Formats: sequence, structure tokens, C-alpha cells
Amino acid sequence: MLPLKEKDRPIVRALLDAGCCARCILRFCCVSLQSAYRQNYEDLTCELQSFADTRETSISGDSAEKEQQDVPPCKKIRLDIEKGGDEDGKDVKESAEKTESNICVVCLGVLQHFCDKDFAKKIAETVMAEKYEFHSLVLSVSLPAQLSVREHSAWLLVKKEMREKTMCLGKDDVIQVKEAYKWILHSLVSQELGVPALAKSLFEVSVGFKHPETDGDCHFLAATCSGCFKPAKNKQSVFTRMAVVKALEKITEESFRRKFSCPPKRPTTLCALQEIQCLHVPVFVAGRYNKFSRTLPQTPWVIDGERRMESSVEELITAPLLSAFQAEGFNFSSSGREDVDVRTLGNGRPFAVELLNPHKAQFSTEEVHQLQETINKSSSKIRVRDLQIVTREAVGHMKEGEEEKTKSYCALIWTQRPIEENDIEFLNDIKDLNIAQKTPLRVLHRRPLAVRQRVIHTMSAQYRDSHHFCLQLRTQAGTYIKEFVHGDFGRTRPNLCDLMKTETDILELDVESVDVDWPPVIPEPESQKGRSSLPEHQHKDTPPSQEDIQCHPLGSLF
Amino acid sequence: MEDTEIRGAPSVIDRYFTKWYKTDLKGKPCEDHCVLQHSNRICVITLAETHPLLQKGKAIKSISYQISSACSRLENKVSGKSKRGGQFLTELAPLCRITSTDGEEFTIFSCVRGRLLEVNADILTRPNLLLEKPSTEGYIAIILPKFEESKSITEGLLTRTEYEDVVSKRAAMKDLL
Repeated sequence: MLPLKEKDRPIVRALLDAGCCARCILRFCCVSLQSAYRQNYEDLTCELQSFADTRETSISGDSAEKEQQDVPPCKKIRLDIEKGGDEDGKDVKESAEKTESNICVVCLGVLQHFCDKDFAKKIAETVMAEKYEFHSLVLSVSLPAQLSVREHSAWLLVKKEMREKTMCLGKDDVIQVKEAYKWILHSLVSQELGVPALAKSLFEVSVGFKHPETDGDCHFLAATCSGCFKPAKNKQSVFTRMAVVKALEKITEESFRRKFSCPPKRPTTLCALQEIQCLHVPVFVAGRYNKFSRTLPQTPWVIDGERRMESSVEELITAPLLSAFQAEGFNFSSSGREDVDVRTLGNGRPFAVELLNPHKAQFSTEEVHQLQETINKSSSKIRVRDLQIVTREAVGHMKEGEEEKTKSYCALIWTQRPIEENDIEFLNDIKDLNIAQKTPLRVLHRRPLAVRQRVIHTMSAQYRDSHHFCLQLRTQAGTYIKEFVHGDFGRTRPNLCDLMKTETDILELDVESVDVDWPPVIPEPESQKGRSSLPEHQHKDTPPSQEDIQCHPLGSLF
Repeated sequence: MEDTEIRGAPSVIDRYFTKWYKTDLKGKPCEDHCVLQHSNRICVITLAETHPLLQKGKAIKSISYQISSACSRLENKVSGKSKRGGQFLTELAPLCRITSTDGEEFTIFSCVRGRLLEVNADILTRPNLLLEKPSTEGYIAIILPKFEESKSITEGLLTRTEYEDVVSKRAAMKDLL
């Protein structure tokens, strides 16, 4: 039994004549009973046809009664569109459509053929083939833009009927195609895949439709509302859904009727499935990394297509993650970064990896810890700690750190003039030294020319020999340490040469700490305690020893 | 190289720069310039060690970046990553004029084609920087050649070896006279 009233009858008749399908007719009658749409399409069409054919009887107002009295035999409406053409001479005469197709003039067949069990099965098969792990899904549908135009045209038709019968229903009361579509398809897809179809989920299945035959339907809008259609670089067509909807809001009824037929012309082809795409929301994995090598860049070093240095911190960390999460791509970010020839010691530098479209997203704490071990075993050049899954919002803490928090360093200094222990003591007493750094020459080709005011909070010097000492510094974020030491042609002032009154140069640099307290520390599980995965010297927070000065290869990397 | 012998390790210049030379600028004997080309293609213009200003006994009276009534290199302003607004220089564009206490006038030239990023304002207040540290703090200007021209700019310049050759030939000529 259809929840239709007497007042709906003229609308139903007008839309049937126009070539509208049963479900679209229900939509224009503002039927919000979901089960009505889920009914079998053929049955629905028959019932609707009967409702339309029923002659009005006088006062009773009960549609059920009317049907019993006046219902003519249900005409066999040909729904077999693929075959097209006449089949049975008798039916041809009876059916108003004759050789015209039965494809709905508004939904172009989306609500006729793409919301049955078979289609749900097809969606389910496509999703299963991509091997995702998911516990629920969101079904999203994208329809060709011209459906809005055709909808508008049918609406004007309905409005005309209502005006004549002095009814008033708003366009907003009409059920949207997408809504009705989801009412039907959600439960079908849910059944096939065994998970609920929700309004929000981590996993999205997008079903896209196309109908090239009627793409031209939108074009007249460009002439009447040119302001809405601005060509954008990324979009293939300037007729985006948003732009079309906007234009339809602006255009007057007269203008519309002049340019577009009301009711819309009947299509000869059915809407086609463009694609079924699966997308899982990204997973964020954060941690802190140490870099023990002086020949490892943070990101891949490629010039003119040629790789200049083997591997990178980024690749060493993300490779096992990409594999475990079965992700299609990643974005790596960290709280600042260090040069190739600089080590990162102490607690390490916070980083976060955004794993794109992960096919597997559920990992227990133990499993994540295992991943950390895998990364650490893969190379002695880096070490990762506190690896954990975090939210997108949490990643903001890390970038905060880049600009606001302090960093601590240890630098091996060479002096031109010979020095004695008490020559460097004064450095320990310097607090909050303000320096002005012009953009260093070594990055000037890719950074704007500017002067940066920075603060060196504290320093501590350890004598090595008459031409060397170790300098520990705690500085404001964004301070160029190397340039502070050698002066960069006098473009950092004051610099260490000024303070020491001799030429100074930097031989080695280590990052001792990045003072950001994110991500949260993940304590080692019981089984790991007491086991150090690194050789002793790499844990040291004290400056490099005498041996390091002689052995370290001072290459042109500095 | 002298520097490395003393320090036992390559200096900042050794690590990042290649030295190129232009001798007898505008035909003036010994007015030699040294272009320090960074591995990232930025060029620092400096006086070569054989320049008259760097010889014993010379003192600087004045330095001016006003090379014409309409143009002062000090007013050069660049903005953004692509350094828009910087004065575009050709090889023989003058950078500054230096007058020594004994009345001689010298013009320092660009030597390379490119966008002027900055001139050294420090030497205006401390001219001794130029005499004492001509290769570092006493630099004259910083120029950014066009990306496409980064390799070709050195075509008109001499390598260190070629320069030393020119210098030794001069000394030989002097001996003959």
C-alpha cells in the first residue's frame, strides 16, 4: 500500500506522462517512508500506475477503498530497457511509451536499475577484491551534474500542477535522489558485506555514475549565469555539481523554461557506472627518531633525477609502515630537521607519518611495538622510539614544537689562534645572547633574503686542545648553529669568531635534544627492559671524545 | 692551500665554494677579482689577493655604492624566494667605487651575470674589513645567477690554476724589466 493521498494523484499522472520512474514520483510526492522505496521496482510501478488510473470517487477519501472499486487490470509496463524496441504488439499499444525507452527522465535510471540486490552484490565483490579491513562503511554516491537540471525541470512541472490545485509544497520537501538511493542500497550492501552502513565511518565506498549522452544538458547555464562557472586548473569540466546547483538557484523560471524542456527530454541510454572506489581514512603514526649517521639525509636526496645519497631517515621509517598498514602513500613530517652530516642524539626528534588509504588500520599496542623493533633492526643508522598511532589533531603539537620550543646542540669547534682552558670559560656565563642572522648563503638560493633575530639561551664549553673545544648550546628554534660558529661571511652577528676574537669553524655538530614533549613516552614492555639495542657510545649525551676528532672523516659535506 | 695546512681541515670556503678569477678588469693592470661560487650557484664577489687595494701600504679613504646619479647598489631590495626586484647585472656592471688615501680610484665589477641580492654594507662603516678579510667578511656583493646560466657564467672566468699562471707571468715580466 502506497502512502499517497488524493492530492498526489495529479502530480503522479503528470510525472508518469513525462516519463518519470516510480521512485522519482514518490520523491516528488514527498514520501518519506523508506520502505516504500525498497519495494520491488516492478510491483511499485504497477501500484503507482493503478493509483494514477483510479478515477476520483466522491467523498470518502480512502485510497484503499478506491482501489478496490476502480482498479483496472495492472498493465504490463515494459521495464526491459536493454532490449528496447517492440516485443509484443498488444503491449505496445497499451503502454503509452511505445518505442520510447523507459529510462527515467530525472534519475536517468539510477533509481530503477542500480539499487537492487544484484548491484549490491557487484559493489560487494569490488570491495572484497581490494582487501580492506573494515567494520563499517559509509556509502557515498556521485551523480552526474545534469541530474540537478532535470530535477529542477520536473520540479517546475510539479509546481505548475500544484499551483493549479492551490497546493503548496517546498522544493526542500522533495526527497533527494541520493537520499532515496541510499535508503534502498544501504541495507542491501550491508547484508552483502556483513557490516553496518553508517553516516560516518573510517571506510568509504564511493559509487560514481556517468551519463555522457546528457552532459550537454548543463551547458545552457553557462550563458545565463556565467559568474558561476569559473574554469579551475584541476577540474576537467567547468560544470561541477556545485556550480550547476548554484546556477539553478539563480536562474528565473522563465529563463529556464526557454532554454530547457519541461519535462526533460527522454534519454536513450541508461546511466552507467563510472567506478566504485574504496577509501580508508589516513592513519597517523608518530614517534621520535635518532640519527646516528653523518651521511644520511632526512628526506631522499635527488638532483636531476639522480639520487645523490643512499636512503634517508624518511624512507627507513616509512618502508616498514607502508608495508604493515598496506598503505598507498605517505606524508612524512617532523619537528624541524637536521643536515645530512648532523647526528640526532638524546630522546630524538618527534615525527609523524600520515599513511594514506591504509588497507589495514587496526593495530594493537604490541603490534605497533613490533613494528618499532622491525624499523630499528633494519638499520643501525637510525633508531625510533615511542612509536604509536595518534590522531590528526595530535600532529599539531609537533609543528608547534618546530617554531616555539628550544633545541640543544653539541658542536666541535676549531680555533685559528691557540687557546687555553680559561680562554673559553667566559662562554659559560653568557645567557640569552641575541643574534641577528641573515639568511645563510648555503640556503639563500631557495629561501627569501631576511634577517632572523634569534636567542642563544646558554652555552657550555669543554676544552679539548690548543685548537679545539666542544661547545654545548641551548638555542631558540630556527637558529642556524653552523653560521653562528663560522660567521657566514659576517652575516650572522655576533658570531663565535667575534666572541672568541679569532677565526672559528665547526667540525662536527650533534643535536642533543629537541625540547618538545610530544608524542607521549611509550614505556618499553617488560621483556625489553635491560636490553639495549645500541652500542654504548651512541647513547652518550656527553660530547664526542678525542678519538672522534681524529677518526671522523671531515668531508666536503660540512 | 695555505689555509688547510694551518687548520688541518678544509675551511668554509674550501668546503662549499669554487674560486674563479677575472684579471685586469677593464684593462687596468692587476685589478683582479675573485668570484666565490657556492655549490648552490650563488656567487660572492671579492677582491683577489693581487688587487692593488690589498697590497702593503694601502688604506681606504672612502667606499661608495652610488655608481651613478640614478643608481645606488645600496638601494637594491629583493623579496620572496625568487628574489624579485633585485637589480640585474651583466659581467661589467659596476658594483662600487673605492678611493684609497693616496688618491687612486678603483671600480669593482660584477664579473658574472645575475640578480644582485645584497652588497656588503659593513665595509662602509668598517673599511678595514675589506683589507683584512677580503675573502670573507670583506666581500663586496652577493649575486644569484639564473638557474639556466649557473654553469655558463664561469666561461669567461679563470680557474685558480689559470689565475696563478697569469700571476706568475706578471712576476716574470716584472723581472725582465
